[in-house]
Amino acid sequence: MSGVFSPTRAKIKERTLRTDKWWLQPLITFGVLFSFIIYATFRAFENAYYFTEPLISPFYSPCLSEACVEGSTIAGFTPVSAQVLNFALSPALIILIFPLGFRMTCYYYRKAYYRAFWLSPPACAVAEPHEKYTGETRAPLILQNAHRWFFYAGLVFNVFLTYDAIISFKNPEGQWGHASVGSLVLLLSSTLLWFYSLSCHTCRHTVGGRLKHFSKHPVRYKLWTWVSILNHKHQQFAWYSLAAVAFADIYVREVATGAWTNFYFF
Amino acid sequence: MARKLNLRIWRGDSDSGELKDVQVEVNEGEVVLDVIHRVQATQMGDLAVRWNCKAGKCGSCSMEINGKPRLACMTQVASYPEGETITVTPLRAFPVIKDLVTDVSFNYKKAMEIPAYAPPADLAPGDARMQQVDVERSQEFRKCIECFLCQDVCHVVRDHEENKKSFAGPRFFIRIAELDMHPLDILKNRKKTAQEEHGLGMCNITKCCTEVCPEHIRITDNAIIPMKERVVDIKYDPARWLGSKIRKREGL
Repeated sequence: MSGVFSPTRAKIKERTLRTDKWWLQPLITFGVLFSFIIYATFRAFENAYYFTEPLISPFYSPCLSEACVEGSTIAGFTPVSAQVLNFALSPALIILIFPLGFRMTCYYYRKAYYRAFWLSPPACAVAEPHEKYTGETRAPLILQNAHRWFFYAGLVFNVFLTYDAIISFKNPEGQWGHASVGSLVLLLSSTLLWFYSLSCHTCRHTVGGRLKHFSKHPVRYKLWTWVSILNHKHQQFAWYSLAAVAFADIYVREVATGAWTNFYFF
Repeated sequence: MARKLNLRIWRGDSDSGELKDVQVEVNEGEVVLDVIHRVQATQMGDLAVRWNCKAGKCGSCSMEINGKPRLACMTQVASYPEGETITVTPLRAFPVIKDLVTDVSFNYKKAMEIPAYAPPADLAPGDARMQQVDVERSQEFRKCIECFLCQDVCHVVRDHEENKKSFAGPRFFIRIAELDMHPLDILKNRKKTAQEEHGLGMCNITKCCTEVCPEHIRITDNAIIPMKERVVDIKYDPARWLGSKIRKREGL
């Protein structure tokens, strides 16, 4: 017997005496994240309906495969073969490891999925079901320490997705000066991704958190204070950006299938 | 206006114990510690409870109220719905001594394992000068009242007794962060020992320590995660490691 049932601890048979709905938050987190995983997996393998001039789904951008549909690449740059070992490789599968890795190693999402999926712990002061615990000291969880590399990759992706949002201010004939619902959807998605990235704990550390003497680095101190303000809202940006990216993909898919019409304001 | 409150108090010692139901009078504005004292005065003369300041500053009256680690002197009875039974138990991460009193010596042992503040050897008393911007991060951590609620709620030791030997806990991670961020502390290996000796890598940042802190110290965001990032700098980031070897500087 370990943990709260250890021989020296107070003899209380309940795993928790909490009377509030402590199970609700992990349950909602599980439901939302699991739904996203199912949808994202389906879309990554679907390999269709990810581009309709001038909109591209964030799940498929940048489109780097020879299999990418015409117009969806960046200046025709397609360094990756359409097939690997006779398997038709979806362009999404080439790139999704980077945003996926960024979110998987994110300090906020770690809290969310350790609680909701691994029940470690399910909630504060609620005994977890595991016999042993080694935290992030061994493989595979020691790989959480690679978060900064995914953060750097995430910044590159944000540049591409911002480029996609700017391109979306063309009409289907390629002329500038137009705006549609799709433009706003992609703009919102890319903007929230910037907020999510810039509010990241690794960003906070990189711009100034690692310093011992702020007074010797006034510019980095100022940047650190700004990122610290954003960092307070990192959890919210994590959810908002996830929802915005998912909706952007749904929107592009529905327009590409013809189910929805991309309404142009002008 | 006085009313009757249904209270369940854990009574016992390290060998046995159980929750005892009592009914006690409660007045407007009273906190849980007040009603525990009334029970002690009127019904259970031998009830053991540790307390001191009744102002949320000494950290003595830490206990679990309806399953949540809290200071009894800072928990208003009125914050619970009228008619609800309030259950009070000792901290469940530490050995119980009697009733609501636990043996928190684990924390004092861990405190002794953290190397003390190390100013430069040639810094004479009274000569220390620091900019406010350089010390403000550390000052947040000095608000700690050592109530050990964060230590109690941390599942690394609460749910795994065997981890106590290798895990210092959130209270001492903020101590390490305070010193590692201190502008005049020159001890070089705090990051390395935080990971290798004090168990920083065991923390999976589920933020319960921050949730229960009565001083609202942002333990996870401002101490543990920055320390984890500093550990990555020296242990898991080849580019940073190489840069530190070439430029020969620790911290900036």
